Amino acid sequence: MKPEAGAVAISGRRRRYTLLTRRDKILLALMVGIPLALDVILVWGPTLASVLLSFTNWDGIGVPEAKNWVGFKNYQFLFTGYSQFWPAFAHNVIWLLWLTLIATPLGMLFAVLLDREIRGSRIYQSVFYLPVVLSLVVVGFIWELQYYATEGFINNALGLVKSGHLIDWLGDSRLNLYAVLVAASWRHIGYIMILYLAGLKSVDPSLREAARVDGATEVQTFFNVVFPVMAPINVVIVVVTAIEALRAFDIAFIINQGKNGLELLSILITNNSLSEATLVGFGSAIAVVLLLISLVPIVTFLTRVMRTST
Amino acid sequence: MGDSREAKRVANRLQAGSLTLPYVDQELALDLGLTRRDVLKIAGYGSLAAFLAACGSTSAGSSSITATGGKMSIGSYNTDPGSKAGTQAIVDAFKTANGGTNVTLNVVDHGTFQNTITNYLQGTPQDIFTWFSGHRMRFFADKGLATPIDDVWDAVKGNYTAGFASSVKGNDGHAYAVPTDYYPWAIFYRKDVFAAHNYSIPTNWDDFKALCAKMKSDGLIPIAFADKDGWPAQGTFDILNLRMNGYDFHVNLLTGQNGQKWTDPKVANVFKKWSEITQYYSPAFKGLTWEQGADQLLKKQAGMYLLGLFVSDEFKASGSQADLDQLDFFAFPDVGSSYDAEKALDAPIDVFMVSKKSPTLSANLGQAKAFMEFVSKGSTQVTFWKSAPGAIPTASDADTSQYPALTKKAVDIVSKAQKITQYFDRDSRPDFSGPNGMQGFLLSFLSNPSGDTTNLQKQMQTFWEQLPPE
Repeated sequence: MKPEAGAVAISGRRRRYTLLTRRDKILLALMVGIPLALDVILVWGPTLASVLLSFTNWDGIGVPEAKNWVGFKNYQFLFTGYSQFWPAFAHNVIWLLWLTLIATPLGMLFAVLLDREIRGSRIYQSVFYLPVVLSLVVVGFIWELQYYATEGFINNALGLVKSGHLIDWLGDSRLNLYAVLVAASWRHIGYIMILYLAGLKSVDPSLREAARVDGATEVQTFFNVVFPVMAPINVVIVVVTAIEALRAFDIAFIINQGKNGLELLSILITNNSLSEATLVGFGSAIAVVLLLISLVPIVTFLTRVMRTST
Repeated sequence: MGDSREAKRVANRLQAGSLTLPYVDQELALDLGLTRRDVLKIAGYGSLAAFLAACGSTSAGSSSITATGGKMSIGSYNTDPGSKAGTQAIVDAFKTANGGTNVTLNVVDHGTFQNTITNYLQGTPQDIFTWFSGHRMRFFADKGLATPIDDVWDAVKGNYTAGFASSVKGNDGHAYAVPTDYYPWAIFYRKDVFAAHNYSIPTNWDDFKALCAKMKSDGLIPIAFADKDGWPAQGTFDILNLRMNGYDFHVNLLTGQNGQKWTDPKVANVFKKWSEITQYYSPAFKGLTWEQGADQLLKKQAGMYLLGLFVSDEFKASGSQADLDQLDFFAFPDVGSSYDAEKALDAPIDVFMVSKKSPTLSANLGQAKAFMEFVSKGSTQVTFWKSAPGAIPTASDADTSQYPALTKKAVDIVSKAQKITQYFDRDSRPDFSGPNGMQGFLLSFLSNPSGDTTNLQKQMQTFWEQLPPE
């Protein structure tokens, strides 16, 4: 029997009512199945594989075997013996704090200023947004040219090359992280600015008018009216900032492959499992740690999105 | 045949200038221009077949393993302007010489090539790839990712000295590579700078330090040093460790053999010695690339530079022949140990290897082997060398008459060395020598050279011990 649309499909023991034709069902199965399959193959599969590999000492050649199983040894070494792990962790935290406390607020400030339709705001917008279209690798190269101790723009402009008191922006392990953070912010500010500007444009102008009528100052209007209305955008901004800090990689890697003060978790993963050194198991252990840390902002973001949509 | 008596007999006949070939049963007059030394060398091979192959004559084995025409592919990491042009030149020459073989050349950035080598060799590599001799070559041979080429090697080995012969052998005794060039590490300087200040070449450690102090007072950077990329510092570690503790200790340390540990006080002594000269290094050296260090030497800002002969490529790239003519080097000064006599130094050898997993290899094996034979020729290597003067040909029949004084001297310093190492990152495992390990450790040392290194050495050893079996 071929069920028609709206017909009652009768199965052997139970009767189920459905409005879907067989074609609809196939279509639905495909629409759910294909993304699900892709998700499993491209996201869950590799994630699970990473977790499993983190318990091995597999070197990336051939197929992992039972003798590669080392239990928690990778994690034990990671937390107790690996001299680069905690510095890398600390650098990621500094990165996060810097972006949250300096770069992101600056981007928001620029957005608010540009939202006021000051003269030439289009030009400012373009100027601040320009770095965002560059890949971080290019940003890294550009800033490397500024920072080079002997040939770089900064030391030459400051006259330090002539006087012989070089500042080693890239090599001094107390300085280079901040030098890189300035470069990263250069791009991050424009990114946040555009996101926030889009949000500001969508704020109902009548709210501001009402605030003005009530005699609120510009600052009061922003903090008491606009900012709360922007809550969904604010969450996005916070999450974007957190994710940017966790995936920080490119600029530091371009400069010196993440050593000597520029250790970052993502770079440790690369240096261990994707470079000529093929400590895939150990690299996976670091990746799992980074995944667990990343889950915090991701879960926050998702619960927030889910809540607003229901 | 194949025993040493046979070889001696052949050698004796050779000196007499004639040879009876068993197959032909006829006496052939030989005019090979062989010196006594060559004859002894040939005798050392211990087989007539090897001798015939060594002479580069039309040995039957050679023609059956190679093929003309057709096509093949090469994966190359030669991306510096000089070595890139050189690779292209030898590929072009090969096409012409081998009946128009269609060669696909895939050039990948040097660092990227090196970092992705494991995946590259397991995926779909080209038929032939550029690589290094040493531990890294043997590693991929052990893992079954390289094709042994004993037949090619047998055909070409007469063109190589014993040192190169051992550099192509895997742990299983098979040949896996053909060496194409090498370069020594030494202390480079400008002759005009030394002449202007009346400096003399230091031969021992105290003279060396005194010269550094003198240069400093003369307003020069005594030693150009540039370690942003992490690997250049390993050259200084190598030479100090070789000279202070000897070749055997160095090899054991880098490979962890015979229970050698990084916590050994002998390693601490190396760091202590090293700390005596770090004050003479380029300012801000942790943020400089080796090219910038070379520029300091080129621009007469720095007096000396411990680096490989490839520093001359940088001089050549400056476009000034006058500058290149001023470049000279001297051997690392004696440090006053019993190992000074070894005259050991880093002289890395670059090679071509045949991959294993290339999907086209079964069809192209003949052409690939023809290419391997082609690059073993002195003429091919000289073609490459003309573009990259820092890469000295390895073949014995290379035309050395064209060499400038610098190259001749480089050949000489290597031939005088009793022990030769490849370089830290070619002699040790990559997970230990890379940014993850030793590069970072040496940078930590250089941040505080006068400090106690006990803790640092402990970190090195801990890191070594947790590495999985290779």
